[in-house]
Order: sequence, then C-alpha cells, then structure tokens
Amino acid sequence: MSAEVKEREPLFSAKNMKLIKNPINLSNPITVQVLGICSALAVTAKLMPAIVLSISVLVVMAVSNVLISLLRNGIPPRIRIIVQLVVIASMVILVDQVLKAFVYDVSKQLSVFVGLIITNCIIMGRLEAFAMSNKPWPAFLDGIGNALGYGIILIIVAFFRELLGSGTVLDMQVIPEGFYEFGYKNNGLMILPPMALITVGVIIWVQRYYTRDLIEKN
Amino acid sequence: MYTNGYIFRYAAIMVIIAAALLSTAAMLLKPFQERNIAIDKMGGILVSANIQDVDATNAMKLFNEYVSEEIVIDQDGKVVDSYTDGKKEDGKAFKLDMKKELYKKSQGEPYELPLYVIEKDNKKLYVIPFRGVGLWGPIWGNMALNDDLNTVVGVTFAHKGETPGLGAEIVADFFTKQFIGKQIFNDKNEFKSIQVVKGGADKLPPNERIHGVDAITGGTITCNGVNDMIYDILDSYLPYLQKNR
Repeated sequence: MSAEVKEREPLFSAKNMKLIKNPINLSNPITVQVLGICSALAVTAKLMPAIVLSISVLVVMAVSNVLISLLRNGIPPRIRIIVQLVVIASMVILVDQVLKAFVYDVSKQLSVFVGLIITNCIIMGRLEAFAMSNKPWPAFLDGIGNALGYGIILIIVAFFRELLGSGTVLDMQVIPEGFYEFGYKNNGLMILPPMALITVGVIIWVQRYYTRDLIEKN
Repeated sequence: MYTNGYIFRYAAIMVIIAAALLSTAAMLLKPFQERNIAIDKMGGILVSANIQDVDATNAMKLFNEYVSEEIVIDQDGKVVDSYTDGKKEDGKAFKLDMKKELYKKSQGEPYELPLYVIEKDNKKLYVIPFRGVGLWGPIWGNMALNDDLNTVVGVTFAHKGETPGLGAEIVADFFTKQFIGKQIFNDKNEFKSIQVVKGGADKLPPNERIHGVDAITGGTITCNGVNDMIYDILDSYLPYLQKNR
C-alpha cells in the first residue's frame, strides 16, 4: 500500500511558482494575451482607482478560480459558462457590497468599474482554460498570478497617465509648480482613453525588447 | 454523462445558493452602507458651507452642531415642516428622497423639497441639495447660499460614475471653488442661475460673468448636466427664494 502513496508535491514547487511568475511576464494577460484591455483603458486615468481595481480583481479571480476548481468534476459541460458567470458575478457583487460598507470613499471613486469586473475576459478566460481542469491549489496560484500580471500593467499605465496627464501621483502634486511658470503644461491627451492604448503599446514594446522569447520567429 | 435532469437540478441549486448568499450579505451590510451614505450626505452639506476638516468620523457630530434648522418647502415655496431640535439625521428634510420628489415634479404632481439652515459665525447659510444627470449616471451636490439667498458661499458635487479624470473632475476643488461669490439673481432681481460655460465664463458678456463658471475640458456632457441640474433645482426653489429675499 505504502508504495502506492504518491509523493506529495511541495506547495511552492517550481511548477507551481511558474503559475505565478509566467503571467507576470511571459504570458501576461494584457501585454501578451491582450485580454482585459477595456478596463485597462477605463480606470487608468488615476492611480488610486487602478490600484483598488487590481486588488478587487485579485480577490475575485483567486476565489472564483478556487471555487470553479472545487466544482470542476460536477459542472455539466453544457452549462459550464453559465456556472462560471454565476460564480464570478456573485463574487463581484460581494466585493462591491463590502467596499460600499467599509471603504465608502474608494467605492465611490470606482463606482461602475467594480461591477465591470464581471465583464473582464481574463477571469472567464482563466476559469475556462485553467480552473476547469486543475486542482484548487494550482488554480489559486494561477488566479493570483494572472491578477498580478494584470494589476502590474494597470498600475504602470495609471502611473504614467496620472503623472503626465494631471501632474500628480495618488492625487499629490509631483510636478513642481515652477515648471508650469516656464510653460510646462499637463498633457490632456494622456487622460483620454487612446493614450492608455498607446501606453500599453509602449509597455509591450519595452517588454519584447527585454524578453526575446516573446518575439515570433518569422 | 450528464442527464438533462442533472443539469436542471444543478442549475436550480446553484442559483438558490447564490441568491441566498447575496441577499444575506446585502442584508447584513445594509446598515453600514446606509450609515455611510447618510454621513456622505452630511459631509457634502457641511463642505458646501465651507466648514473645514469634515471627514467620515466627525461629519455626524459637526452636522448636528452646525445645522440649526431643517426646512421642508412645497412647490409654492411654503414652509411645510421646520425641524430644529433633536438629532438632525431624524428630521423630515434629511429623510426626504430628492429623486422621488423631482420625479413627482416632472409628473406635475405636488412635491416637497429639503432646505438646510447652517449657522456659522452668527450668520445663516442656506444649503440647497442638488440632483441631476451627468453622462453615465446621476450626479448630485449641494449649494450653500448666503443669507441674501443670492450669493454662493460654496458648492460640492458628487457623481455615480462619471469618467475619471474628465467628467469626474466636477468634484475637484478647482471646479467647485469657481462658484464661490457667484450670484444667482441679477441686479434687476431676475433669476439667472449659474451657467457652466464651455470655453470659459469669459465668453459671457461682462455683466453676465458673475453668473458663470468655466466648464471642464473633455467633460462637456457632465458639465452640461451640472449646468442643467443647477438651473432646474434652483428653479424649483425659486418661489421660496423670491419670497424670502
């Protein structure tokens, strides 16, 4: 009997760590898979909403990945998308309600965007591609990894958009007042959605420059 | 193989569990949320009257301290309720649902509106709450008028989901500060409201500039919403304002 007991994989084995590390760079949901672009455009005009949204996505993604992974053997394939949606939607509503009850100011700022997490294709994508066929622990790590990959890009984009568009970081003025006297102006275009897309484009460019694996062979 | 029966049962149970979970959470969290909303409303009223250092922790205390009277007026500007004692959050005016009252107005039915009197430095300020529509959803706010019921002491705005960095900037100081000192009536005692002017209040003729502020670049539709909201609400309060000036 004892010979049949499989050796347990350590919780943070190399394979499991890959689940967290890969989505941050090699298979980043935004810059490589180009998913979840809509929210990356919508909430990144200011840094604060971007950070809170990243955290909310992290929570929703980790929990729904685990839930779907636990349920995976019972979910009838014909209605699996509906089941995934119900799980995500319930989680999102819970997060929204908790934000409203305990951090009202932040929830006021994020307003509709929390609800829009439901439409974030990354979450559905990971449930369908990973959680449906993996055990809860790897699914949890995969959720965290992808949410981090998403959040990092969001925060980088928001940092530059707020800095160049409003001259502030987290609503604190960082461009010295003196600059404005010499004719420096905040770039209003940075606040508009097109510049978010261009900023993401620049990040993809920089990422590919440093990560040769991402460049197609021909 | 999953039978149809299994699929139906699975879906039914899943939906019931989700519904039970969400309604429980909503019920448990509701008192906290309502308290937050009430505190937010009080904060807005206080900030519009230029009361300093208002935050979520002291809003309720300061509200009870500064608000001396809560008035409810009807469509003809008649005072139907005046509440001066006790806890200010229990007053009829504070509990009045602006949205419902404005709906009644749009239907041509009789309606009631709240008005808050704040006593600050031995002067009476009158705070009018606003409600209107922006680009994506409702916008609301408060305007504090001097005791001449003409000069603006301060305003606050808030919104449900205007675009961050653009329309959402109506809450920012640079926008709301412009309203201070503006007047809603002209010398001839005609109602002028306060216009939010695209391209800047400088576009108005010089004698009208006291009734105008600059709109926000990229936030035109939200600013138009603010403009219409100010006009509509002040217009609803007009009978009262004119009677008491």
